[in-house]
Amino acid sequence: MPSVTDILKTMEYGPAPEASGEVMEWLKERKSFGHFINGAFVKPSKSFATANPATGETLAKAAQGTASDVGAAVKAARAALPGWSKHTGHERAKWLYAIARHIQKRERFLAVLETLDNGKPIRESRDIDVPLVARHFYHHAGWAEMLEDEFPGTKPVGVCGQIIPWNFPLLMLAWKVAPALAAGNTVVLKPAEYTPLTALAFAEICAEIGLPKGVVNIVTGGGETGAALVASAVDKIAFTGSTEVGRAIRKATAGTGKKLTLELGGKSPFIVFADADIDGAVEGVVDAIWFNQGQVCCAGSRILVQESVAGAFQKRLMARLAKLRVGDPLDKSTDVGAIVDPVQLRAIRDLVARGEAEGAVLHQSETQLPPKGCFFAPGFFTNVAPANIVSEVEIFGPVATLTTFRTPDEAVELANNTRYGLAASIWSENVNLALDIASKVKAGVIWVNSTNIFDAGAGFGGYRESGFGREGGREGMREYLSEPSRRAKPEAEPGRLDAAPVPGLPSKGGAPIDRTAKMYIGGAQKRPDSGYSYAVVAKGHEIGLAGLGNRKDIRNAVEAAHKAGGWGKATGHNRAQVLYYIAENLSARQAEFTRRLKDAGVTKAADEVDASIRRAFYYAAQADKFDGAVHATKSAHVTLAMPEAFGVMGIACPDDAPLLGFLSLVLPTIAMGNRVVAIPASSMPLAATDLYQVFDTSDLPDGVVNIVTGAKDELAKTLAAHDDVAAMWYCGGPEGAKMTEAESAGNLKVTWTFPNHDWHGANGQGRDFLLRATQVKNIWVPYGE
Amino acid sequence: MSSPAPHALPNDMRNPGVPLQTDWFEQIAVNTPAVERRTATLTTRRTVKKAWQAAWLVNAIRCMDLTTLAGDDTEDRVRRLCAKARRPLADHIMGGLGLDRLTTGAACVYPTMVRAAVKALEGSGVPVASVATGFPAGLMPLDLRLAEIRYAVGEGADEIDIVITRAHVLDGNWNALYDEVAAMREACGPAHMKAILATGDLKTLRNVYKASMVAMQAGADFIKTSTGKEGANATLPVSLVMVRALRDYGERTGQRIGFKPAGGMKTAKDALAWQILMKEELGNDWLQPDLFRFGASSMLADIERQLEHHVTGRYAASSRHAIA
Repeated sequence: MPSVTDILKTMEYGPAPEASGEVMEWLKERKSFGHFINGAFVKPSKSFATANPATGETLAKAAQGTASDVGAAVKAARAALPGWSKHTGHERAKWLYAIARHIQKRERFLAVLETLDNGKPIRESRDIDVPLVARHFYHHAGWAEMLEDEFPGTKPVGVCGQIIPWNFPLLMLAWKVAPALAAGNTVVLKPAEYTPLTALAFAEICAEIGLPKGVVNIVTGGGETGAALVASAVDKIAFTGSTEVGRAIRKATAGTGKKLTLELGGKSPFIVFADADIDGAVEGVVDAIWFNQGQVCCAGSRILVQESVAGAFQKRLMARLAKLRVGDPLDKSTDVGAIVDPVQLRAIRDLVARGEAEGAVLHQSETQLPPKGCFFAPGFFTNVAPANIVSEVEIFGPVATLTTFRTPDEAVELANNTRYGLAASIWSENVNLALDIASKVKAGVIWVNSTNIFDAGAGFGGYRESGFGREGGREGMREYLSEPSRRAKPEAEPGRLDAAPVPGLPSKGGAPIDRTAKMYIGGAQKRPDSGYSYAVVAKGHEIGLAGLGNRKDIRNAVEAAHKAGGWGKATGHNRAQVLYYIAENLSARQAEFTRRLKDAGVTKAADEVDASIRRAFYYAAQADKFDGAVHATKSAHVTLAMPEAFGVMGIACPDDAPLLGFLSLVLPTIAMGNRVVAIPASSMPLAATDLYQVFDTSDLPDGVVNIVTGAKDELAKTLAAHDDVAAMWYCGGPEGAKMTEAESAGNLKVTWTFPNHDWHGANGQGRDFLLRATQVKNIWVPYGE
Repeated sequence: MSSPAPHALPNDMRNPGVPLQTDWFEQIAVNTPAVERRTATLTTRRTVKKAWQAAWLVNAIRCMDLTTLAGDDTEDRVRRLCAKARRPLADHIMGGLGLDRLTTGAACVYPTMVRAAVKALEGSGVPVASVATGFPAGLMPLDLRLAEIRYAVGEGADEIDIVITRAHVLDGNWNALYDEVAAMREACGPAHMKAILATGDLKTLRNVYKASMVAMQAGADFIKTSTGKEGANATLPVSLVMVRALRDYGERTGQRIGFKPAGGMKTAKDALAWQILMKEELGNDWLQPDLFRFGASSMLADIERQLEHHVTGRYAASSRHAIA
């Protein structure tokens, strides 16, 4: 050890290792872990080693989960479900409280274990991960206590299969397990293959407090184990991980009725305006991409800086980068620890090399990396075009891209130029500018003048291909509760849509002036691209012809819907006015619509028109009332939860209640500011096509509602597969539902599939339609002068 | 006065100042929550243990303006302080640390106590700093404040800690602030000038940045947070903003300005926190007494206890150490 006099000359920090003796002792006693099933560790058959990425040394062995292990765990969870869900909320709250307490009492143990298994600096596991874990369980103890008050009429989803990643192993466990248990579900959780140890320590805590057997089951293993869990008899899958795997899970669960939430990748923008606190923003980069070795799904990995300050920003960023300490994760003065695994290190190196080969210039910290272990010097790219692979692909390592923009508009354009939409960070001292950009960036979490701030009280989750569903807060609880289901009602048989003339089925009565129902696209009536029409037949008579839509009509309709972006910016009051106007004009044409429905064979035609008018009133009423929340999170932070429209949605309507069914689905979506492409009942599209004139006279802007008639499932398939449609509702049978969910995997659009039901009563409307028509954006605004 | 004490601050490093340039600071953006996040994590990101901790605490003594600025100060009281400044640690602690010579960075007193302090510190190499300019409020006519500086320098002060007129900052009257500080700088002559901004009175971090920049443009050699008499003394957020201001001034002018947090820092832990701030934001040069000083009175006692613990392995009692 150098002398005090020597140190006075260098003023180095010196080593400050966190002791790991207790944890190493714990590992030595166990050596090889089995799965935790039904309250006990089972003897492992096949095992894999988990290593400390900072040294390469094996820490312990964990069991390689097979389909039969998963089956046993699901069975245990299923058996525990009735008892656990029947507990009062208070009973469950006590258990969650006990978990939180025990985690706090084991905080240093868990932090050291996490750092050993994952490679993250002890500063992060100690000050960020583990405190957030405890906070998450406390917070959800509260939800359990209040469940009946806050979510009346809901039920737990059932057995939840949960698959978590290796970047925040224990924190992601908490995000999954706490809400599931609070809501009365039981769980089977699979931790990541690289980092199973804190989940197994958590299992011991469950056993220590005597949590009822089977409520929490933990099965370790790799991708195959995860796939087995997805395929097992669970009621819900909650997954955090890569977009690629998320897509596979979306396909695998399509049509199974399993509830699904996905929290996937990101390439989040980090936008620095000229009027920002530049030093604050530079420090933000440290907390963004150089946090957890950049292995953070919401990391601000695309730094966008306004041109006028780009030079100063880059200079300070370089200076700050030079101060980062990379090395032993257990050292208390380490900023950047080890990459989780050699495989991940290779992936980072490959991507960075490709970025350089494509012309980007890498600036890296000149730190001396440890001679062994998985380390990567943090840095950032300049001279990097949007087309460069490192601009597009998630590196999942401590390397950001730095590019410039000229104007706020360009900043938004660049920020949204990605398939992802998880998070964004916006730096400006101008509150008008910051909130304007916050509203325009497509991301589920927005941090103003801050980054990577988390709290159990706020929702976290993405837009676009960053997944769907939220974790944390009230939004997160909803994902673990099921609404009472509506009783299904059979639809009309979708007959063959025949483009040939149908002699022998003339319309009744004399010779009326022929009315042609065309497509309704962009506020204009358009001939079907195919040039074909089909006969609409009711009670054995042809009552008119409808266009036979094809994929090009859908394409045109989606384009028209995108052009109607102003609708989403209108106030709720303005949208309400249009909806009231629709009700007014529908009322003026009440007799005409009643006659049309009667001709179509609808038995309660007058009732259906009445109900349709009421529905327009209901959603007009909601348009300016279905609003968000200000979450109680950290002190001196406003955390806004704003429901936002998806943008362009697709809707496949039931072959039933041709007017009411259509309006019951279209009105809530447009009330929230969406633009829709709707496929009306194939068997009776004319009630919907008659609405053109109502829409045209009700000040509904062009392109807000677009109608394409034709074969429902064929058109729905094109819509579900359309990458520029953000959400899709499908009302219909199981085959169509499965198709919709499977096709939606392309851009991971949010889907809602459900069977037809009675549209007349209270079941035909409600807040759940509005919840399904919106996604929540959480905006964090720290304040203080 | 007869035997000039060796200056801790070499005179070739004086800041000559520049003409007032408000565009260097008028548009400054300082985001308070971001500053607070940075300072809250400084000491969780860095730590020093064992010999390193001992060395850093010794360094804090090296950089300490051991201070007494109380209404009941007497010459005897000042002599006692100076004795501690000459010999801040007990011999067995010095021995245990392997040190043979250690003094504080300076002793800091009121102008009427300068003569006694100079005498008490004769031959020690420890400079005497004097507050001046109507310390602590500074609300005296400018000519009297300048006369007070000249008096303190005449009494033998090597360093003068001036206070600024807070009203000039609160009113945004940068010309007046600049002229005042520039006149004080001139009055200091060979004595180094530390400009006390009284940040607790300035309230906002942007004000702190602006006042820092004007003081430096007007020729301050050091910028100092507080008199110790405001409602809020040295804090890490205020210090962070000031060191960033002096960094920016340095980038524009090539001048190296010193920083002195003062008031409210009582513990060895504080001594480490501020040194971490200096090292992280500015580098090792700002861990030397020519560019960094602590203005503290009771911090030394806690440091001495910690160092004794380091040397002996036993927890220490202040009653066994000489008081300042």
